Amino acid sequence: MRSATSRLPARKHRSLPARAGIGLKPEHFRDILDTLPDIGFFEIHAENYMVDGGPFHHYLTRIRERYPLSIHGVGLSIGGEGPLDEAHLERLAALLDRYQPESFSEHLAWSSHGGNFYSDLLPVAYDAATLDRVCAHIGRVQDRLKRHMLLENPATYVEFAASTLAETDFIGEVVRRSGCGLLLDVNNVHISCTNHGRNARDYIGALPLAAVAQIHLAGFAEDTDAAGAPLLIDSHGAPVAEVVWALYCHALDLTGPLPTLIERDNDIPALPVLLAEARQAERILERLLPAARGVAA
Amino acid sequence: MSGPAVFAEALLAPAAACPPGLTTWNGSAPDKRFAVYRNNVIVGLVDALADSFPVTQAMVGEDFFRAMAREFVRAQPPRSPVLALYGDGFPGFIGNFPPAAGLPYLADLARLEYLRVRSWHAADVDAVTSERIAAVLAEPEGLPDSLLSLHPALFALPSEHAVVSLWAAHQAESPALALAAVDPARAESALLCRIGLEVEIRRVGHGTALFIGLLQQAATFAAATAESMAADADFDPVTTLALLIRCGAITGITTPRRTDA
Repeated sequence: MRSATSRLPARKHRSLPARAGIGLKPEHFRDILDTLPDIGFFEIHAENYMVDGGPFHHYLTRIRERYPLSIHGVGLSIGGEGPLDEAHLERLAALLDRYQPESFSEHLAWSSHGGNFYSDLLPVAYDAATLDRVCAHIGRVQDRLKRHMLLENPATYVEFAASTLAETDFIGEVVRRSGCGLLLDVNNVHISCTNHGRNARDYIGALPLAAVAQIHLAGFAEDTDAAGAPLLIDSHGAPVAEVVWALYCHALDLTGPLPTLIERDNDIPALPVLLAEARQAERILERLLPAARGVAA
Repeated sequence: MSGPAVFAEALLAPAAACPPGLTTWNGSAPDKRFAVYRNNVIVGLVDALADSFPVTQAMVGEDFFRAMAREFVRAQPPRSPVLALYGDGFPGFIGNFPPAAGLPYLADLARLEYLRVRSWHAADVDAVTSERIAAVLAEPEGLPDSLLSLHPALFALPSEHAVVSLWAAHQAESPALALAAVDPARAESALLCRIGLEVEIRRVGHGTALFIGLLQQAATFAAATAESMAADADFDPVTTLALLIRCGAITGITTPRRTDA
């Protein structure tokens, strides 16, 4: 069941440069416009900008004029049991139309059920029924937005007895059927593999790496499960951990240089702190391919 | 119920058992792992309310506010993924929240904060030009039957409590000192407008708040003036009109003879 978007040209939109970017936070709006830092791109959470006007659009418009932009959705509930929220998809289409981002991504997760929004990325069972539903939802999104989307691998804390596929096989099948790309969240790989006793490098090796078009890096919090085993939590509230930087280098060895986002959504530090983390990613990208910056359109 | 339905219900239940069908690689009980999701959902939504209602929180303290917000989140979870405007029902919930009954002004204070969020995110619309206003005032006989369109970031809130003074006290360098000077039982009305990128909140007369509400409901200038003067002897339409012009809050004037924005 290939969707209509499978026939879309692969690159209707300019792509993000193979450089590092950071999440755009309101507390940094003015600093960014005052200092115009040398950074590859900014990423926004789509839902934060689904308001009619005011300061958010004022600043985003000015920042977008100067930088490549990635729009990252957190509320489409692609893994949801019910039909997609068409009103939300319309809001998303309007936002993408207004800002023409180089990239649009969403999550392999659900966040709405029965009309309620839970504001978290909730896990799905990896079975045939979910696979059909996720592919149908991605097909609808790509048809409506008239572009390919990237799907992000999840950070999860539990697994389902109902799952019949490995997460990597599930993702591979979604990519094959829907034609979507992959947003490889390396922090999520580390979290999920730790939380479920798997090897992170094997996990990455089992993904359809040719489809990866962007990477996310973030920090996690540490807890333990009921048996005392490590339970990592996707907090986005700390710097990228050493182990995640190492896994990032490993992933880049397999994929080549890719646009890389430093994600920070909690305990947000001053802009220079995030820019320093982005430079750390860029040093790795440049080591891999000195001409990486030349990829920027 | 389906798997996600049971999962969703357990997210909002304060002490529900873990949903069935969850597994863990090491055989550990999944309750603690599931609790991460429940915690993410509740904390995330309570944080969203804390962002929108900072003065309400300061008034009752963080612990009280977060306990009250948790109850609200469970009773009225968001119906949209756009959380900027979550909390529409929170002031009403506060008004009916028995532990807050000792603070009768708290619901209106929360209403003021919610309007501030709406004003902040409201659509960008240009005010009418000064030439247009001059043209209307040059032929004042057309004014009574005119309809004024107001900026979407403009709101008026009449209250039986000192909401503006309470809110302003929390912007002071020393809120405790400023609060001590406020009589919460004094009736105040608030006007909210966006000047540049900032939302300004000022105290206005009851008649002014009423007048703005009537204009927003498409009353003519004359009808809104008459009703506001009847309700508030101090109401002055000329001063109010000047205030609206100064705030850039008039976005269109439809006179009986000609229409112009």
